[in-house]
Amino acid sequence: MLHEKIPNLAKLVEPDRVHRACYVDQDIFDLEIKHIYEKTWIYCGHETQIPKAGDYWTFQIGRQPMVMVRGADKKISVLYNRCPHRGVQVCGSHHGNAGDALTCPYHAWRFDLTGKIESVPLERGYKDTRFDRANPDFSMKPAARVDSYRGFYFASLAATGPSLLEWMGETKVAIDDMCDRSPVGRVEAIMPCNRVIQRSNWKFFMENQIDAVHPSVTHKSTGQAAAEVERKIKRETGKELLHYHYLSAFTTPFEKWETLTNTGYPYGHIIFSGYMGLRPTDPDTKAHEAVLTKAYGKDKMEEYLSRNIHHVLLYPCVSIQSPLQQLRVLRPIAPNRTLSEIWHFRLVGAPEAIYRRSLWYYNLVNSPSTMVNADDLENWQRGQWGLQSDGGDWVSFHRDYGRDSDDGKVIRSHNGCSEAPMRSQFRAWVNYLKEAK
Amino acid sequence: MAALKNKNQKLKQKKAVKKALPAKKKAVARKAVGAVKQARLVARPAGQDLQHQVEQFLYNQAQLLDAKQWQGFIDQFAEDGVYWAAVDPHHSHWDGVPSIFTEDRDLMTVRMKRVLNPNAWSQQAEWGTSHIVSNVVIEEVFGDEVHVRSRFHMLEMRRDDLRHFAGTYRHQLRKTADGWRIQLQRVDMLNAQMPFEYVLQVWV
Repeated sequence: MLHEKIPNLAKLVEPDRVHRACYVDQDIFDLEIKHIYEKTWIYCGHETQIPKAGDYWTFQIGRQPMVMVRGADKKISVLYNRCPHRGVQVCGSHHGNAGDALTCPYHAWRFDLTGKIESVPLERGYKDTRFDRANPDFSMKPAARVDSYRGFYFASLAATGPSLLEWMGETKVAIDDMCDRSPVGRVEAIMPCNRVIQRSNWKFFMENQIDAVHPSVTHKSTGQAAAEVERKIKRETGKELLHYHYLSAFTTPFEKWETLTNTGYPYGHIIFSGYMGLRPTDPDTKAHEAVLTKAYGKDKMEEYLSRNIHHVLLYPCVSIQSPLQQLRVLRPIAPNRTLSEIWHFRLVGAPEAIYRRSLWYYNLVNSPSTMVNADDLENWQRGQWGLQSDGGDWVSFHRDYGRDSDDGKVIRSHNGCSEAPMRSQFRAWVNYLKEAK
Repeated sequence: MAALKNKNQKLKQKKAVKKALPAKKKAVARKAVGAVKQARLVARPAGQDLQHQVEQFLYNQAQLLDAKQWQGFIDQFAEDGVYWAAVDPHHSHWDGVPSIFTEDRDLMTVRMKRVLNPNAWSQQAEWGTSHIVSNVVIEEVFGDEVHVRSRFHMLEMRRDDLRHFAGTYRHQLRKTADGWRIQLQRVDMLNAQMPFEYVLQVWV
């Protein structure tokens, strides 16, 4: 079955439509995991999640259980969370501190914090056997490649491929945009993250993030409700509270969304220009400007606070909303099931009020009680059910097809509501899966 | 929402006034209206009377959720009251930390208006909850304020799925002319840090 499908993959993706199998088929999902998730750069976490030697954080890359560990020399390693003796997972919690070594709970094989074997009990029993400390088969296996950019750690399970910086390309601006808002150029992860299961294919989320038509439809109820209360508060107190604006902005009409732009890059990444007007002129923002001006000078401050970003997607699984210091990363579980981790970061050295402001967004939009994703998750679930049916074979991405700038690599939409970014993602998807042949 | 910050000062006074509310119910209870209910109150010592009032308040609040009486639920809160569902049991205050819910009456009103909006698509799926509240312990009494700890178990049905949420409620209640009002309700769910299958559309 599987080998029959591989040659036909390209036929499932046409420039302006995609076969539903791409969202529901288990074999195709397995190929995606193998040829996208287990090859390209996948976000592991932020260095501040594991500040001390021995701190670890477990997560999945594709089907692989991984652990990110802080070493005694402060260096971070990313390892398969698996003892080379009998395969038992060495780090048993989502996160914790392993002490000065990683010790398997089954037979006490002991590894240093880079995964290298330190000791095994009864080692004399291995005399004249093929057991060999120098052989990496007897250490915890590291990810083939690990790299970081400004504290954000990524790993690739493939030994070859573009470097992290080459792979990120233009979209590294999302991490710059986040870090540059700190006067010392650093952010720290706020613990714990939120974790929400999406009962839908991972691509639903990646497409939704840059879908400018859905907000005023999907989120109409929340936008209207927040706008009503926002008006009441303004009437009664004269105050305009930004965190109500976060929600009422979802009533932004199509015409406004059409003025935005999407840019899609070869590895599937997208930059979606901003819309929420997150450059207010209140005293908190002024204080933030002053801190950044002192650190970088006025011109740089202006540059750093004026980048026009709503979402940046690092395909296949990261969405960064840098002006609000939020990051979501997907860990696909099955064709119809996806775990999302949702992170908020503090700008080190920036005024506390700036943290509080983005914390409201985290609590209202990205928490497990989100009044926004409540309707997204519902729609994606219904979408998944629909695509599992025989009611039709094709997913339509026809909007503004043929009207975008396309040099064969970068696709630029000149209308924010164009479905160009979805077409761009699928072009990358086909390129990744070409290797499946 | 800043009003909660003076809480600490009040907590310092608590030891000086750590007494049960005055036993003033006996005379009132002789009235004819609701005689059966009040006769029971008469039979209780003052401490049990307060326990009874608090329990009834909590049971009623749970009932308001199960009956989807959203405005009634919001009205249980003082003007400056806060509903806080903590994400981490080690957090000592809602201010400045991530949370599952941190809502004053205005934000609760946004939530209510959302679920009542005909375009709240997620509300098209039928759903309901059943709350059990138990293990009600009065932890502190000072002046007109009572701090209550209880356990809850909530079962939610939505479309074809069941979910459980269970944990601890901590209510800071204040006696007002209109009855008890919530200054702060803290919710610590046992499963606060588990991955959420779908989200929480209303309060737990």
